[in-house]
Amino acid sequence: MKILVAVKRVVDANIRIRIKPDGTGVDLDNVKMAMNPFDEVAVEEAIRLKEQGIASEIVVVSIGPAKAEDTLRRALAMGADRAILVLHEAHSEPLGVAKVLRAVAIEEAADLVLLGKQAIDDDANQTGQMLAALLGYGQATFASRLEIEARTARVTREVDHGLQLVELPLPCVVTVDLRMNTPRFASLPNVMKARSKPLMKKAPGDYGVDLTPRLRVLKTEEPAGRKPGVIVGSVAELIDRLKTEAKVI
Amino acid sequence: MPALLIAEHDNATLDLQTARAVTAALAIAGEVHVLIAGHGCGAVAAAAARLSGISRVLVADATPLADQLAEPVATLVVGLAGPYGALIAAATSCGKNLMPRVAALLDMMQISDIIAVDGPHVFRRTIYAGNAIETVQSTDAKQIVTIRTSAFPPVDGQGNAEVVPVAVAIAAGPVRFIENRSARSDRPELSAARVVVSGGRAFGSKEKFDALLGPLAAKLNAAIGASRAAVDAGYAPNELQVGQTGKVVAPDLYIACGISGAVQHLAGMKGAKIVVAINSDASAPIFQVADYGLVGDVFEILPELARLL
Ligand SMILES: Cc1cc2nc3c(=O)[nH]c(=O)nc-3n(C[C@H](O)[C@H](O)[C@H](O)COP(=O)(O)OP(=O)(O)OC[C@H]3O[C@@H](n4cnc5c(N)ncnc54)[C@H](O)[C@@H]3O)c2cc1C
Ligand SMILES: Nc1ncnc2c1ncn2[C@@H]1O[C@H](COP(=O)(O)O)[C@@H](O)[C@H]1O
Repeated sequence: MKILVAVKRVVDANIRIRIKPDGTGVDLDNVKMAMNPFDEVAVEEAIRLKEQGIASEIVVVSIGPAKAEDTLRRALAMGADRAILVLHEAHSEPLGVAKVLRAVAIEEAADLVLLGKQAIDDDANQTGQMLAALLGYGQATFASRLEIEARTARVTREVDHGLQLVELPLPCVVTVDLRMNTPRFASLPNVMKARSKPLMKKAPGDYGVDLTPRLRVLKTEEPAGRKPGVIVGSVAELIDRLKTEAKVI
Repeated sequence: MPALLIAEHDNATLDLQTARAVTAALAIAGEVHVLIAGHGCGAVAAAAARLSGISRVLVADATPLADQLAEPVATLVVGLAGPYGALIAAATSCGKNLMPRVAALLDMMQISDIIAVDGPHVFRRTIYAGNAIETVQSTDAKQIVTIRTSAFPPVDGQGNAEVVPVAVAIAAGPVRFIENRSARSDRPELSAARVVVSGGRAFGSKEKFDALLGPLAAKLNAAIGASRAAVDAGYAPNELQVGQTGKVVAPDLYIACGISGAVQHLAGMKGAKIVVAINSDASAPIFQVADYGLVGDVFEILPELARLL
């Protein structure tokens, strides 16, 4: 079984972003970047399936700038076999990304495509669902547990009312939530080894995909801050203020 | 062109978030129809018909739609999409699962989790865990939008829309529903509650989490929420997680107990009217968004708070 994992290079989750003063976007100059945390979980899950003898090959793919090679190398250092970098310096949207991923999934004849449930930069939560639609496959989103048996995926999904269990045939698309596993660190020898693993560079045009955005971003701004609060001295004072000042209880 | 709003329900009851999504839908289009896709969902259709401001309820009642899986429902929605200028759903786990599938089948981009409507094609939404707000304009022929319901008030129930059955000729999709599991709770629903009492890693165990937050929540008739750390540690079920990757809530009162206030948590509760933070570390970032802060030990403060309320 072949697994394709989509990984996105995003601003590190621990970094406090800055908005450009002219409101044209988020300032990404010299900001620490990392693999989208959900995608790390997806890579880890693929590696575990390979370690269990269920998967035979793991291909990782990213659509992004030349620097996204670092992200792919990191996935290779964790244990992926091969990488594909679809070079695109400009901003891309889930629909365009899903179209590229569709072409790659077909070319690679992937049995399972793993994605993160959401990228922590655009917070879109769309790409996996769009990819499944374009491929005509079943989808299992927000997965916290994945078992593969006899070409069937059994997935536990985190939903608003708790957990949902579903089963779907391969090939399919699964988007993962953080609770699925804890991604491993890549050891130094594995980081070295990853440097010589195959990484293929492509262009969106190679797949016949136009990544021109459909949405126009008119403005990016700071959210309104909350007004400063007060530190109260006792539980009694808190209750009094909630009753008489805030009037919420 | 009218908008079609896909309702959130469980075949028996209409989720309260739909009434909020109607407010957003009415800001996008002058005329709003509501689609109930499910099986044995007549009562839901009757409830939806009472939502003020909507003019028609479409009911697609068929076995393949019973579990509201994305594949058959997306096929249904795409089939109905023709006359609509906007396709809308609440940004619930169901809406998030469904709408991008619809969008891709129509070759259109979706605008996720909007917090404001600035014009028929212009929306505001948060990015980077709520640390920036983007104003985006759609250039597609239809607007495909999910709504952050905590950002919109509900419409009331004074309406009287016509209920129209739609013929469903859709086969079951590839996904087989097995079961839903939810932790039983007698507390109000997190996304609908007026007061939320939320706990973090500080509690140290599920027993203490329940023992300390339960009585307080009962006194305030509050829903219980949790940080990701508390859910990861097994103190609370996943459906109680508040934040960037959990639920976004905007209650009148949010009491954060033993929660540090990571940006990913703030993303889910910054919209609360009043925030109270209780934390033993006076420098915890949660105090920066709190209207009232109390520095101290949750194990001492929470029992006293529950007693004095
Ligand atoms: C991609 C991504 C997505 C995420 N999504 C979410 C999300 O949706 N929601 C979310 O909550 N987090 C999310 N997180 C995690 C987030 O970054 C934090 O790790 C998490 O919110 C921390 O939870 P906490 O505040 O309970 O724990 P901690 O950060 O460990 O804080 C515990 C707090 O309790 C205080 N404390 C300890 N003992 C006591 C005591 N006896 N009395 C009073 N106070 C005490 C401490 O001073 C501390 O401030 C996400 C992270 C990533 C990377
Ligand atoms: N540019 C990209 N390259 C590779 N994978 C991506 C890219 N953008 C999104 N993805 C995948 O899609 C998931 C969801 O992203 P989004 O729909 O943008 O929230 C991510 O977690 C990735 O797995």
